[in-house]
Amino acid sequence: MKRPRTLLVAGVVCALALGACASSKPQLRVSAAASLHQAFTRYGASFAPASTRFSFAGSDALAAQIEQGARPDVFASADAKLPAQLFAKGLVRRPVEFAANRLVLAVPSGSPITRLAQVERPGVTLAAGTASVPIGSYSETVISRLPVAQRRLLQANIRDREPDVTGIVGKLAEGAVDAGFVYATDVLATHGAVRAIELPAALQPRVGYAVAVVRGSAHPSQALAFVSGLLRGPGRADLTASGFLPPGRE
Amino acid sequence: MTAPAHAGPVLGDPHGSPARRLARRWWFSLAMGLSIALVLGFLTLPVVAIFVNASPGRLLSSLGRSQSLQALRLSLETSAIAVAVIVLAGTPGAYLLATRRFRGHALVLTLIELPLVLPPAVAGIGLLASLGPHGLLGGALAAAHIQLVLQTAGVVVALAFVSAPLYLRQAHAAFAAIEREHIEGALALGIRRPAVFLHIAVPIARPALLAGLALAWGRALGEFGATLMFAGSFQDITQTIPLAIYDEFSSDFPAALALSALLVVVSAAVLLTIKLLWTPSRPPI
Repeated sequence: MKRPRTLLVAGVVCALALGACASSKPQLRVSAAASLHQAFTRYGASFAPASTRFSFAGSDALAAQIEQGARPDVFASADAKLPAQLFAKGLVRRPVEFAANRLVLAVPSGSPITRLAQVERPGVTLAAGTASVPIGSYSETVISRLPVAQRRLLQANIRDREPDVTGIVGKLAEGAVDAGFVYATDVLATHGAVRAIELPAALQPRVGYAVAVVRGSAHPSQALAFVSGLLRGPGRADLTASGFLPPGRE
Repeated sequence: MTAPAHAGPVLGDPHGSPARRLARRWWFSLAMGLSIALVLGFLTLPVVAIFVNASPGRLLSSLGRSQSLQALRLSLETSAIAVAVIVLAGTPGAYLLATRRFRGHALVLTLIELPLVLPPAVAGIGLLASLGPHGLLGGALAAAHIQLVLQTAGVVVALAFVSAPLYLRQAHAAFAAIEREHIEGALALGIRRPAVFLHIAVPIARPALLAGLALAWGRALGEFGATLMFAGSFQDITQTIPLAIYDEFSSDFPAALALSALLVVVSAAVLLTIKLLWTPSRPPI
């Protein structure tokens, strides 16, 4: 009875070892803003120099992980501020802007809301990001550019502060809130569950995404290849397909 | 398959001088000691680290902030309501399950315990899909002017959902452990069933019921995922301590540590208070 079990264990160990050997490609770990989910998943699937593993979350939470000692290979943020802060602390190499996005007001697909002014009415619920996540600070910028009376009304209607944009989109898709500020690319990714209402140009904040290779990365050359592919290469095409704009063109 | 030669029904140690046996016993003690040291270290280290890193000054100043205080008050209120509802609504049901056998008994027990093994994210999605505005009962709730998402009531619902099984399981086990003569004897004496339940079964089961209550309360105080997905996060309305901790994590790590220490203290205080109520009850009349 004893021998077959030993053989089985040995077999499993061998299989695991072989599995580890077979994937000789290095594994690149990428911490990326939640809004990059679709574009980066596509890009990662076709990225030849390494196999990719993603961690999508609020850029601020990912930056906080890096500050607490996490060492992914690449950090891609929905703003330029967080990578710049990590660069100033010597935690990442010099960041580079690789994409731009636009903010829109989003509503559930069946919603009667068609204008920003309708969201100012009392009783309408608005989801926003927390103060530290990029989507939250961009929304603050939009609101701060409104006349003071409108600003107060909108702020009073914020009933939910989500840690990342995925949470806002989820609440909209489930009809749990009436409206929310999200990125234009998020609305495209919902395939119709959520509808976008364009913001007046005067309210539109500058939304630039920056990426950096993390210092101490185990695979710096592959990480660099991942970043340059975003700037001019297959990553650029995947970003465009998901609705992102070239950097500096928002 | 041939049995190995030494696998016969030999009692005692087939090949062992007393010295060797002693050595083996020593190794086993060492293994047990290492095991408990490993487990203890692993389970206490994170809690110790929180208190090592969160200075008392920082802890006090975090207590002074309105966001922390509001989160603390909200956490205590919502978890207390959730646990009270679970106890009031669930105890008779647990008694029924423990004292009667019926078709589908095992299925009912399994369904009640199911939320225990559900990840909080699944609980959150499930609550949205059932009680959310687009959910199964969304229309009925709206017609009754009941709104749960983004409301404190929604937090209570999320907490009750994830923590109820902990209490119900314990309550069921407690009632099932009562010897049948206690119940049947009382019934034979002509005591009515509600009186038997209230004055005999509940007092006997009290220590175990309180233990279940403590577990459920602890789980409710720590709930994060289901609350965020179903009720959202908004200061003073739906932002409980765990949500406030995550909020601080990405912007102010020391504040998150201080708030975590606060949650540890509060949870421990709740458990301790309930344990103090644990004192054996007077024998039933």
